[in-house]
Amino acid sequence: MTDVYNMPDERGHFGPYGGIFVAETLMPAITELNEAYQRYMTDPEFIAELDADLKHYVGRPSPLYHAQRWSKKLAGAQIYLKREDLNHTGAHKINNTVGQALLAKRMGKTRIIAETGAGQHGVATATVAARLGLECVVYMGAVDVERQALNVYRMKLLGAKVVAVESGSRTLKDALNEAMRDWVTNIDDTFYIIGTVAGPHPYPVMVRDFQTIIGREAKQQCLEMTGRLPDALVACVGGGSNAIGLFYPFIDDASVKIYGVEAAGDGIETGRHSAPLCAGRPGVLHGNRTYLMADDDGEIIETHSISAGLDYPGVGPEHAWLKDTGRAEYVNITDEEALQGFHDLTKLEGIIPALESSHAMAYVTKLAPTMNKDEILIVNLSGRGDKDIHTMAQREGIKI
Amino acid sequence: MSRLKTRFEELAKTGRKALIPFITAGDPNPEFTVPMMHAMVEAGADIIELGVPFSDPMADGPVIQRASERALEHHTGLTKVLEFATEFRKKDQQTPVVLMGYLNPIEIMGYEVFANAAQKAEIDGVLTVDLPPEEAEDCVALLKARDIDQIFLLAPNSPVERIRKMNAVGSGYLYYVSLKGVTGAGHLDIDDVKQKLAQIRENTKLPVGVGFGVKNAETAKTVANLADGVVVGSAFISKIEKNLDNPEKAKQQIIKLITSMRQAMDS
Repeated sequence: MTDVYNMPDERGHFGPYGGIFVAETLMPAITELNEAYQRYMTDPEFIAELDADLKHYVGRPSPLYHAQRWSKKLAGAQIYLKREDLNHTGAHKINNTVGQALLAKRMGKTRIIAETGAGQHGVATATVAARLGLECVVYMGAVDVERQALNVYRMKLLGAKVVAVESGSRTLKDALNEAMRDWVTNIDDTFYIIGTVAGPHPYPVMVRDFQTIIGREAKQQCLEMTGRLPDALVACVGGGSNAIGLFYPFIDDASVKIYGVEAAGDGIETGRHSAPLCAGRPGVLHGNRTYLMADDDGEIIETHSISAGLDYPGVGPEHAWLKDTGRAEYVNITDEEALQGFHDLTKLEGIIPALESSHAMAYVTKLAPTMNKDEILIVNLSGRGDKDIHTMAQREGIKI
Repeated sequence: MSRLKTRFEELAKTGRKALIPFITAGDPNPEFTVPMMHAMVEAGADIIELGVPFSDPMADGPVIQRASERALEHHTGLTKVLEFATEFRKKDQQTPVVLMGYLNPIEIMGYEVFANAAQKAEIDGVLTVDLPPEEAEDCVALLKARDIDQIFLLAPNSPVERIRKMNAVGSGYLYYVSLKGVTGAGHLDIDDVKQKLAQIRENTKLPVGVGFGVKNAETAKTVANLADGVVVGSAFISKIEKNLDNPEKAKQQIIKLITSMRQAMDS
């Protein structure tokens, strides 16, 4: 190995991406957060508390499961699923919320806010807030409130206040705008738990650090089970937190190919998609420079995906960097293909994946057959599909 | 010398304070903007902040966000806003025009292309809400080379080091955001403003404009007693929003409000 990957710089830059692009009112809060993050991530007591929570509360390590029937059917690589769907609350999101909530508590904050798309991050935030006795407000686009009713109810049961955001496209990006507004207004007592590896520094690196448990475990498990490193990694990318969590510990392992799967919605050619890395351009939104879906005037284009969690016009800045450097390849999967991935995994392995993760599954059905039978492919099963049953039924004309 | 500097010096000589109205370009329709700018100057405005509509105005409250949405229905983006400024300049060579908005439209256009276009449109200042000084070096250099001021925001929680930083990087004036929060929210606490301004003044010789929370002639006067400029936005845009079926009526109400603010500030 010649170069050791060492991103970002101390102001959060991944090459030209990342950084801190926020209104002045937020700067003191960002500085305070950055200092706390630097301090606690090297504090053995904090790390011990985090590790204990991940083990006893989240239920880690999550299994690495050899999907033998599916591997056989695709007649290519041996497919291993990293089972983040088995975490408490049903997705990888809780790895991060547990960490940020502990940080919030150390910083003396009494109120937690979050944005959510599919509702998984909202549920994961409401969960840790309930456990730590913190007030919790979750912002969610009105469109998403509609299509993720189950998660809305879960959050309410957990004692969170869910605010339906009616502005803009009424999806994840608008929920983020609204959460930022709340944070600016209530900066003294409020901690903003961002759910993905985007936002102003230190969020992209902090969320990555909390999510890399996925890749660290997967690496160790793969070595234990097969005696070697995987040949390829696949994960879906909305903001990109589950993907960076899996990818990061493998970045310096040059033999491991890395694939991020974006949501192509109705198809890239239709313009109705959520694939900024595949079909967008660099710009600045939500506190960082990254690939975005924007028109010639720099206005953000409305995105589309069947999966609420991928329905976002930006992407974490580290993915932008991994794309430009060629370390990772970014591909895309349409709604239709994702649905097929959903059914395949459900019927062949008895595992119902989230629609977000189904994009990664669908790409596996394309990639695995091009690989040899002795090659290993790890795909991140970032969440379970219970929350999407309603969407699936509706799409297939079935009334539950 | 920049138009902003000239304007603040003229005002200082006569002991008057700058009245700085903000409107979102293209709201409620593209035809409204340039005549409204001229009318505001006639009613007593000294500097005009022209909002560049953005799809995701994170630092703005619902009033200005809806103004952006209305403007974008007519596709009033950055290119169009520069056309408005050019049009305005044909009849008014004195009044400084400051573009206020978010970074992404400038990023997508490209910093240098934007700086050239802004120079051509005779823009005097640029205020980019989500561009803190740490990330602003390239943009500031390109604008400065064209005699365009980059204006920075200061907040109630900005520490002394940041005030000094803004003083070093910014020019034209500094814009003190008097509230923790978004535009159009709450009421400003005049004692807090007074205290913070004293601290800001100790660290800069630049004129200081105060905005967020100025809603009527009375608050305009109170703020004018402390600051070099009074920025008013949401109060005008509310008039537009209340008269969407009759923009001419909105225009008359805005003129009336500006006139009353001007009188109160000068008395």
